[in-house]
Amino acid sequence: MKRLIDTLIEQLIKMSGAVTEITVLLIIVFLFKEGAGLFNASEVEKGYTVLVHSENTVERLSPKELKEVFDGNIENWEKLGGKDEAIRIFRFDEIFSIYTEDELGKDYVLLPEKLEEVISADPTIIAYIPQKYLPTNLQGIKELAKMNISLTDFYIGKEWIPTATPAPLFGILPLLLGTLLVSFIAILIAIPLGVGVAIYLAEIANERVRKLLKPAIELLAGIPSVVYGFFGLVVIAPIIQKIGGLDLGETAFAGSLVLAIMALPTIISIAEDAMRTIPKAMRDASLALGATKWQTIYKVIIPFASSGIAAAVVLGIGRAIGETMAVLMVTGNAAVIPNSIFESVRTIPATIAAELGEAPGGGAHYQALFMLGCVLFIITLIISIVAEVISSRKIIKE
Amino acid sequence: MKKIILTTLTCALFGTSIYAQKIKGSDTVLPLTQKALETYKKENKSVAISVTGGGSGVGISSLLSGSTDIAQSSRKIKFDEKQKFAEAGKQVKEVIIAYDALSVVVHPANKVTKLTREQLEGIFTGKIKNWKEVGGEDLKIIPYSRETSSGTYEFFKESVLKNKNYMNGILSMPATGGIIQSVSQTKGAIGYVGFAYLNDNVKALHISYDKGKTFIAPTIENAKNKSYPIVRPLYYYYTIINATCKAFIDFVLTPKGQKVVSDAGYISVE
Repeated sequence: MKRLIDTLIEQLIKMSGAVTEITVLLIIVFLFKEGAGLFNASEVEKGYTVLVHSENTVERLSPKELKEVFDGNIENWEKLGGKDEAIRIFRFDEIFSIYTEDELGKDYVLLPEKLEEVISADPTIIAYIPQKYLPTNLQGIKELAKMNISLTDFYIGKEWIPTATPAPLFGILPLLLGTLLVSFIAILIAIPLGVGVAIYLAEIANERVRKLLKPAIELLAGIPSVVYGFFGLVVIAPIIQKIGGLDLGETAFAGSLVLAIMALPTIISIAEDAMRTIPKAMRDASLALGATKWQTIYKVIIPFASSGIAAAVVLGIGRAIGETMAVLMVTGNAAVIPNSIFESVRTIPATIAAELGEAPGGGAHYQALFMLGCVLFIITLIISIVAEVISSRKIIKE
Repeated sequence: MKKIILTTLTCALFGTSIYAQKIKGSDTVLPLTQKALETYKKENKSVAISVTGGGSGVGISSLLSGSTDIAQSSRKIKFDEKQKFAEAGKQVKEVIIAYDALSVVVHPANKVTKLTREQLEGIFTGKIKNWKEVGGEDLKIIPYSRETSSGTYEFFKESVLKNKNYMNGILSMPATGGIIQSVSQTKGAIGYVGFAYLNDNVKALHISYDKGKTFIAPTIENAKNKSYPIVRPLYYYYTIINATCKAFIDFVLTPKGQKVVSDAGYISVE
């Protein structure tokens, strides 16, 4: 009977392990499956097409050029390789101010015809219309060549404007650099502080102080991140703005400070545990050899606990890179490539959180956000591998 | 005995969740619907309607898939969304339940008190970069926008920017409260918020849509008499309507329901 229960429990544990592994795998597969579709999506928004007059010599416009044209920043066809003529922009909705609903017929059957009339009448026109109403008779009208979103546009594109019409811009470079910058500075602040506090708690503080401080620090980890974010927005950002004499307080640095505070409990707690597991004999031996307390700490304790400290740091980095809500609230979310830490940045998790709600399911924007998730996953994967390598290396030389 | 109680409980739970009517969509309309529903429930205790947010687009696509009974929206249904309903053989009906006015806010210490639509377009598309270009002091303009998922973002883009894109790298805040907070603590800031959110920490600007001939103060009266230009209707969309939902929509449109609308800081339908 006892053996039966034993094997049953063993199987149960095995099963739960397998289920977890499979779930993780499925999530990753799902992530990549949803994201991969992006590179089969057209540059122009799904279901829409861009038309010009057939006499126009321009064959293709890049997403960036399309955006500039429809924003009114490029006003002449000459700049795009066409004739020296002013561009006339025609958005689909304008058709309803030219013709009445009656003229367009029941269920808009006459709409393609009317569109054709309008477009073929003006050689300088560029029209942005639903694919569905593409005139059947393409005389006098030319469809601009459509390309798929390219890998280079995505990975080294410098502009992230997912709602731009007619062609959204999905350049992740500003988001990627923003994420790395904020996390890097956060870790730079958190590591010395965290390890310092851990050393104090493990080696210097007396038992009473330690018993009071450790739970207090661990309590910090339990505060919801949105509270940290609000604290950052209301307290940290104005302080940075005042001290630095900046135009605005919502900067990468504000984000880093908040993240550093959030990563501290993790780093302190794990590093301190690592230091306390060092056998008392090691410490005593060092002291017996005449080493001072400080020499013991940096010659014996830190090298001995180094793999634990490395684990603490990696978990801290993981927390910083993946943190969403706090960063969303304090960094200003401007999708530009940062020149300094006193500029506003937009991070990858913040972008996903802020935009997924309204991105139409299955569209290019939705896929681009999943692709961002993949990028984030790969970054954390690399960090974990690096941590694995570091902690498995023997640091104390025999 | 215990079993019976449990079964009845589960039945009751599932029963209400299956038969409860759902309203879903815009976060702008959400507080309004909630308040209206609270008032409505005081009189009709047995009514089971649940309200959730998620964004106008989410609401409309849920209506299409049939997972909600009413979609609340802070923008008019888009042409291609309407087409999707037509393809699915559904007829979508709309009702305007209230109006919401957007005000453009700046830091209280800013000397600028009025702007034209063209100037606003220049500021939010990044062509005007300094307050002295629009009659203020020599200070960099820092425009704040809402996130792309918000109906307010879309409406402001349509109405003020005339469908042009916001400048690259505009600061975007996840919530209206964030915009108020940031504008109140940043000297060169400018942002846009619903009337319901205005407070003394920010200054609302007078706006002109006729190239500077008349500037209209952002007040409820001006929004009501339609002289204030940045006003948008808030909608309920539905396909097939049942009695419960119909009664609720009717209630919102009664004077009592419209009083809830005004109390919540929105403009009632007159």
